[in-house]
Amino acid sequence: MAQMTMIEAIKDAMRVELERDENVLLFGEDVGHVGGVFRATEGLQKQFGEDRVFDTPLAESGIGGLALGLGIQGFRPIAEIQFIGFIFEVMDSIAAQASRMRYRSGGKYNSPITFRTPFGGGVHAPELHTDSLEGLMMQTPGIKVVVPSNPYDAKGLLISAIRDNDPVFFMEHLKLYRSFRGEVPEGEYTVPIGKANVVREGSDVTIITYGAMVHTSLKAAEELEKQGVQAEVIDLRTLMPLDIETIVESVKKTNRAIVVQEAQKTSGAAAEIMAQINEKAILHLEAPVIRVAAPDTVVAFGQIEKEWLPNEKKVIAGVNQVINF
Amino acid sequence: MDNVSVMEKANYEVRTNKVMPLSILSLDGKVNEDLLPDLSDDQLRELMRRMVFTRTWDQRAISLQRQGRLGFYAPVSGQEASMIGSEFALNKEDFVCPGYRDMPQIVWHGLPMYQAFLYSKGHQHGGEIPEDVNVLMPQIIIGAQIVQSAGVAMGLKKRGKKNVVITYTGDGGSSQGDFYEGMNFAGAFKLPVIFVVQNNGYAISTPSSKQTAAETIAQKGLAAGIKSVQVDGMDVLAMYKAVQDAAERGRNGEGATLIEAITYRFGPHSMSGDDPTKYRTKDEESEWVLKDPIVRFRQYLEAKDLWTEEDETKTIEEAKQTVADQIKKAESTAKMTIPGLIDSMFESTPSHLEEQKKAYLEKEGN
Repeated sequence: MAQMTMIEAIKDAMRVELERDENVLLFGEDVGHVGGVFRATEGLQKQFGEDRVFDTPLAESGIGGLALGLGIQGFRPIAEIQFIGFIFEVMDSIAAQASRMRYRSGGKYNSPITFRTPFGGGVHAPELHTDSLEGLMMQTPGIKVVVPSNPYDAKGLLISAIRDNDPVFFMEHLKLYRSFRGEVPEGEYTVPIGKANVVREGSDVTIITYGAMVHTSLKAAEELEKQGVQAEVIDLRTLMPLDIETIVESVKKTNRAIVVQEAQKTSGAAAEIMAQINEKAILHLEAPVIRVAAPDTVVAFGQIEKEWLPNEKKVIAGVNQVINF
Repeated sequence: MDNVSVMEKANYEVRTNKVMPLSILSLDGKVNEDLLPDLSDDQLRELMRRMVFTRTWDQRAISLQRQGRLGFYAPVSGQEASMIGSEFALNKEDFVCPGYRDMPQIVWHGLPMYQAFLYSKGHQHGGEIPEDVNVLMPQIIIGAQIVQSAGVAMGLKKRGKKNVVITYTGDGGSSQGDFYEGMNFAGAFKLPVIFVVQNNGYAISTPSSKQTAAETIAQKGLAAGIKSVQVDGMDVLAMYKAVQDAAERGRNGEGATLIEAITYRFGPHSMSGDDPTKYRTKDEESEWVLKDPIVRFRQYLEAKDLWTEEDETKTIEEAKQTVADQIKKAESTAKMTIPGLIDSMFESTPSHLEEQKKAYLEKEGN
């Protein structure tokens, strides 16, 4: 099996789908000729031609509209938004248009669009390049939200997203693009949207997380083991739909849980997960569920980014708080 | 500096020319034969029938809205020429991306009228567009239809079809970023889109003079490198011709066209509390009434013996009857349900929504 970085796996997924289905189109700012600012699409224009893989003018709302209209004509667009902060420029297309196309047209049209965008801190990117906006998307009815944490999942989830007949917001963590390699099968396979993965089993506490924080949480779990604490780590993989069954099953076993997210603390994914644990498993809890998250400020890019982001130490402190409650 | 030539300011300053809107029909019903589009007597009569029908439908819809039998309604009276004339120049396979006031175009393009009424009432079946009808439902977000029309047109082009997309907005809509983005995409990818701006002078209450410093809205298309024209939007023949020309260019692979139609809405912005007397003068309204698109065209057709008072009465009666039948059909359509709404969010309803649906179904059973 091939060893790939996450960005290679993402490119491989797009190659597989471009090859399999001629309705798949790939476009965005700089994705064609140079292959994207991170080279996620490098070589794809050469392989599939300018008709299917192309550069657009620099206008995110235009890219969103293009995707919407192409979806109406039966195409399956993969629209790259160069950095997550630029999402606000295309928010209407995503949150007010693609999300309700099926509803508005009584099912005549749909929006089989994958909006891919890099996000995530820890790589010293500029302002408005790294925000974690999954919470906004989770609160938008009609959108699926996917956040892979490793190369295998990234390829399988992206293939699922491209084949999905509803819009998918696919978030690619910048820090994970090239930080490690993993085994990735050749050709096509899917990882289902809406299914979490228990990446570490444990009996004392459940750490629920996604994206780059999966790795932070796994490291924290190793440290905790030395203290005699067995932490179970759940990689959600998909935030909408949320695999609450896997979460509840784990909480029933461990009776304690924390949610770790890179995003700001208030509202958002962690808050939703806590609310659902409260609804479905409160009598199984020995301690309140807590959040390990960033402060409710704008993203601290640059100088104090490292202190701002959740880290291993904060995860360990969070676990100890619920263990010692 | 010897090799630097002396330049006049006129050489490097970008300017637009003075423009006069395309007009074919005079106020007293005479036509400019040189510009007259090739329309048969039957087609001319049909154009008139549709305009008269639409005005009656508009009056009936206003009254239905006042009776609480319709939801949101944006009156169309005054804009019949720009709406009907433009749609009439299209083929059935051409695609219409309307703004919120553009219900007549999509109904004449094939959407059953009772569905337009259902849409107004907030019933999902309203937007369930029949298979052979190529329209989107009216766009609420001003400008969103403009970027989408570029996408639909790119799709048609990639499929090798000889069809065009027409999209409508108003003078206010031309201030949106999406207006420029949509035109720019259509220009850059050479897409068959016809952008129609129905400039009726007001975006709700804000006059065009406060909307832009540009002398014309038509000139905004020049920035996107697309063909741009200004048309008398109260002249149904001019509207027909402008769209026919633009559609031909689109079909021939010559790209997009922006059409600014100078028009006026006789009624309020919508039936939701807008009072035009707060921002328009009676004098101004009376001036525009003289340009009434139906009156002008009627004079022309009567002189050609193509339209009689009897035709007019018959059309009005037909419209009244159709509206009565169609609203009855809308009102007898089974009410939407929350479980039905839930099932329309995704192709396959995820478990959290299934759970919420179940809660509603259980309540209904009680």
